[in-house]
Amino acid sequence: MSTTILGHEPEAPERRMYWALADGWTVAGRTLTHLIRQPANIAWQLGFPIVSVLLFGYVFGSAMSVPGGGDYREYLMPGMFGMTMAMGFMNTAYAVVLDTTKGVTDRFRSMPMAPSAPVTGRGLADIVSAMLDLLVLAATALVIGWRSDGGFWATLAAFGLLLWLRFALIWIGIWIGLVTPNEEAAGNLFAVAFPFAMISSVFVAPSQMPDWLGAVAAWNPVSSTVTAARELFGNPVALGDSWIEQHAMLGAIVWPLVITLVFVPMAVRRFQRLSR
Amino acid sequence: MSTSSHAIHAVGLQKRYGEKRALDGFDLAVPQGTVYGLLGPNGAGKTTAVRILATLVRLDGGRAEVAGFDVVRDARRVRRRIGFTGQFTAVDEILTGRQNLRMFGRLFHLGPARAAARADELLEQFDLTEAADKGTKEYSGGMRRRLDLAASMILVPKVLFLDEPTTGLDPRGRNEVWTAVRSLVSGGTTVLLTTQYLDEADQLAGRVAVIDHGKVIADDTPAALKRRVGGDQLEVVLEESVDLPVALQAVARVAAGEPEIDEEHRRVTAAVEQRVAALTEVARRLQDEGIGVEDIGLRRPTLDEVFLRLTGHKPEETTDTTERTEVPA
Ligand SMILES: Nc1ncnc2c1ncn2[C@@H]1O[C@H](COP(=O)(O)OP(=O)(O)OP(=O)(O)O)[C@@H](O)[C@H]1O
Ligand SMILES: [Mg+2]
Repeated sequence: MSTTILGHEPEAPERRMYWALADGWTVAGRTLTHLIRQPANIAWQLGFPIVSVLLFGYVFGSAMSVPGGGDYREYLMPGMFGMTMAMGFMNTAYAVVLDTTKGVTDRFRSMPMAPSAPVTGRGLADIVSAMLDLLVLAATALVIGWRSDGGFWATLAAFGLLLWLRFALIWIGIWIGLVTPNEEAAGNLFAVAFPFAMISSVFVAPSQMPDWLGAVAAWNPVSSTVTAARELFGNPVALGDSWIEQHAMLGAIVWPLVITLVFVPMAVRRFQRLSR
Repeated sequence: MSTSSHAIHAVGLQKRYGEKRALDGFDLAVPQGTVYGLLGPNGAGKTTAVRILATLVRLDGGRAEVAGFDVVRDARRVRRRIGFTGQFTAVDEILTGRQNLRMFGRLFHLGPARAAARADELLEQFDLTEAADKGTKEYSGGMRRRLDLAASMILVPKVLFLDEPTTGLDPRGRNEVWTAVRSLVSGGTTVLLTTQYLDEADQLAGRVAVIDHGKVIADDTPAALKRRVGGDQLEVVLEESVDLPVALQAVARVAAGEPEIDEEHRRVTAAVEQRVAALTEVARRLQDEGIGVEDIGLRRPTLDEVFLRLTGHKPEETTDTTERTEVPA
């Protein structure tokens, strides 16, 4: 053997912090390299919201009305942003399933890297690719005439809230990925993701739905985020009378926090169960 | 650090999955610098044993040291000193071979330059330089397995665990992997490999532990194990069954044990020790007597035969009463 590289012993706490970040970044770099090597995947992933934008905006758009007035396409765009964030947990879950079933997770666990790195790396990569999603969507939206009238900081805050939702959903995604037995089962996640994203204020105002469905839609975390984003963008909002709709900004901040607090321990516990 | 000169030392390992005892008093002592085979049928507990030793699974009882460190208390130190290649190839399928090795190098905490240099070295060593910049999806099974091996060799581990490294490969892929494993061993690495093929253990391992129902039931060199079964088998198939008595005589002269006759298939079988000498001797004798031979040859004892002899029962398919809830390992 030409080189002998037997490394250092377990590091002091401050070195550990450093490696936790460095290893997380390396793992994230892997996923980002996937994006570069498979640009077609991004196209598929973004194809759905872009097609939805065109479909709902132009095909149904003229028949749809926004309660309280306003242009439907202006109303729709923040919804599309929110929907893309909401469906994103599927990507997380799918990647986690692939890694555990193909043994990559085991390989990581048998290595002296920071034990948190597979998870932080996953999260980091997902946030970066969510930013990319938003960039492409916003560009599409601008092309078809959507504008944010909220000013620079409000616009930034709106995108921040959208990413905050995506961040929370990473933990659901990891948890689902760890409880999903195989790749085929992961394909069925669409059946969960679709209603989760659609039964919300993404396409139509909850007040236009049957009462019970409207209540479900209003309390959907996706609705709070989308409504808050509409307010910040200065787009048509179509507020209902329910408490949650009146407090969309609060919901957009608290919902993801609650999701994170619930699902981080669940995901961690599941991860530890791998060594059972 | 223990004073043990064993690279792997396991005593009384226990592992239960529900009612199922995957390991039930598993003992193993592997001297440094050797290749040790763990041989057993499906469900015997091979994967469970290797995963415990590689710190991936917690044990329920017993204790184990790898490279001088306790696998439970000192897991991180153990991880610095081992390589692990699981039953299924675990490389990233979208990245190229080179990107894979660089990433794993970084995760072993080599700097970017060293990780890159080490990746090049390993690609060379495992004969993957030409395919280095192709996505591993395009690799053959043997190539992917070699990349997998290379990834577990980044830090030049003291102990390497290989779980069924050639299962599912064609003969060519199998040979490629065997060659790669041999080159590792010449670098001083201790290897514990599991296999379902006696043949593979024979090719690679200096010593073999046969495992059944979570216990080691025999622990010996491949040659000695085969001797216990009666060594290689000489098999003669005749054209006419009237010649059977003459053939039996010829075979008996070279046989290590009592030859067996299968009248229906006009076949005489016997264990032999000097395989080639026995074969030529019997062939010559039959020719001299002018006896028509349909087929004559040497055959290794199969794992089934080893099992039958060691346990008195055929290796049964494990009756999985407990559903597997975790990922396939
Ligand atoms: N995660 C698990 N959950 C439940 N049972 C398990 C689990 N892992 C292994 N087992 C059971 O433990 C026993 C030993 O399994 P193990 O995978 O160690 O066998 P093996 O010798 O590697 O078999 P194979 O040749 O099929 O790989 C089997 O009966 C198996 O069903
Ligand atoms: Mg196995």
